[in-house]
Amino acid sequence: MTPEEKRALQLTAVSVREGILTSTHGAKAGHPGGSLSAADVFTYLYFKEMRIDPKAPRWEDRDRFVLSKGHTAPGLYAALALRGYFPVEELPRLRHIDSFLQGHPNMNTVPGVDMSTGSLGQGLSAAAGMAKGAKYLGKDLNVYALLGDGELAEGQIWEAAMFAAHYKLDNLCIIADINGLQIDGRTCDVMNTEPVDAKFAAFGCDVVKADGHDFDRLEAAFAKFHANHGSGKPTCILMKTTKGKGVSYMEDNAGWHGKAPNDEEYAKGMAELAEARKALEV
Amino acid sequence: MADVKKVATRDSYGSALKELGAVTENLVVLDADLAGATKTNIFQKAFPERHFDCGIAEANMIDVAAGLSTMGLVPFAATFAMFAAGRAYEQVRNTIGYPHLNVKIGATHGGISVGEDGASHQCCEDFALMRTIPGMTVMCPADDVEARQMVKAAYEMEGPVYMRFGRAATPVFHGEDFRFEIGRGEVLREGADVAVIATGIMVPEAIEAGKLLAEAGIDARIINMATIKPLDEELVLKAARECGKIVTVEEHSVIGGLGEAVCSLVSERCPVPVKRIGVNDEFGHSGPAAALLEQFGLCADNIVKQTKALLGK
Repeated sequence: MTPEEKRALQLTAVSVREGILTSTHGAKAGHPGGSLSAADVFTYLYFKEMRIDPKAPRWEDRDRFVLSKGHTAPGLYAALALRGYFPVEELPRLRHIDSFLQGHPNMNTVPGVDMSTGSLGQGLSAAAGMAKGAKYLGKDLNVYALLGDGELAEGQIWEAAMFAAHYKLDNLCIIADINGLQIDGRTCDVMNTEPVDAKFAAFGCDVVKADGHDFDRLEAAFAKFHANHGSGKPTCILMKTTKGKGVSYMEDNAGWHGKAPNDEEYAKGMAELAEARKALEV
Repeated sequence: MADVKKVATRDSYGSALKELGAVTENLVVLDADLAGATKTNIFQKAFPERHFDCGIAEANMIDVAAGLSTMGLVPFAATFAMFAAGRAYEQVRNTIGYPHLNVKIGATHGGISVGEDGASHQCCEDFALMRTIPGMTVMCPADDVEARQMVKAAYEMEGPVYMRFGRAATPVFHGEDFRFEIGRGEVLREGADVAVIATGIMVPEAIEAGKLLAEAGIDARIINMATIKPLDEELVLKAARECGKIVTVEEHSVIGGLGEAVCSLVSERCPVPVKRIGVNDEFGHSGPAAALLEQFGLCADNIVKQTKALLGK
């Protein structure tokens, strides 16, 4: 990608992060940590990678995205709003009693959401079903599923991986957000899922590693996914990230998994993001 | 009923899928390594490219079906009732029920008539589990004719459906002129002394009980309630008003099934005494299906006995 394109994505990612802070602050609840770790990949998917049309959210031939780690809905919602699926002014109403922005993604209320998720371990199976359906119908479209690394402890993830490889779903891109933290602490202490790369490879995926905060690396990883079309292998992008990325006091801190910033913390976070924008605009 | 034609409703399920497959393009079938037992192999032989075996991974199968449905396909997912409603309950609840997706679950081997496999496979809780999911249609056919029509009706309706089919061959009592309708009960015998409301393979037993009761001077109304949810409230309330007493019969726990659905309705809208016949908060065990049904009181003789007791006769 060109430097201009990269900078545009970086600026959009700052806006996604602002949306995450604004929505969780407005909700006084929600999951900012894992939303921020995935903010760059949300940006890349919705502003560069996926064939979508915000004016036609149910367009039959669109690419699909399933947020298997559904609790990071604030990140998805921010990307969808910025991409034009609904007004960004709705974001602070996240989780409000009369809002369509449910705490976890609801495909029937939020334009652009392709699958209702929230209960961990299930989204990858649904994504595999979409990919299988696309193959059956002869549709040339891609399906992306974003997983958390804590979520990899769910046995159903491995049932789905087995299914994807068995049915040669090379139109399925599994993205694992490896931020190393889950609610109770470090994933290596709570339930060690390593070696994740060897596991997905053993289950029949082509494993690609990338820095999840570097758009050049993400571009290369998704290029590998496209190159895998026709190989019969699902692609698994293991994306190394920092939980809470972009907001200093949230970074690499499990305490920010499911906690909203108060007014003071919100102001501080927004100031940091404003600085980041200023640095990019220079 | 020795000379009556008998068919297991799981065979009806497989045959109906094959018939539907011939006239539809968007119907696909999923199984979890039980195609020979659930009888989806009948469909598989005719349409191998539309039958997706998911291996022994029911949770994944249910959510794969959810994904397929969002692509405009109409997936029928098959496994034993124990695994469809039990193992994969939360998958059904969150990824099919909550988004109200157009997935049809065809669960076979419901109830204790599974027989020799014993309690681990005798699911007597599926109606209860599936009934609690908002928007879920829950059905159990009484014979082959009804089962085949039910599969077609499920395909034609939009939204999630749970159907329970049986393992054992049971009497076919409907004629081919019978017309099944989702949400409509069927009065098989008119009567005014008591109403016996049965579902699934208990219906032929209820019919037999109706005859025996008539011989004893009791005029029982016999109702086939193939749709457990949404319940045919009008028909149940009419029976409550006109008969004054109700007996429910199901090859399911007395907790959470047809009996409790009837009790909930009549207690609020037309209170009458109800006797629930079903599996009484206990597990089944191994044995031949017919002997088990008799042992657990899921037979005409016990329906007669319990009905007489309810009427004080």
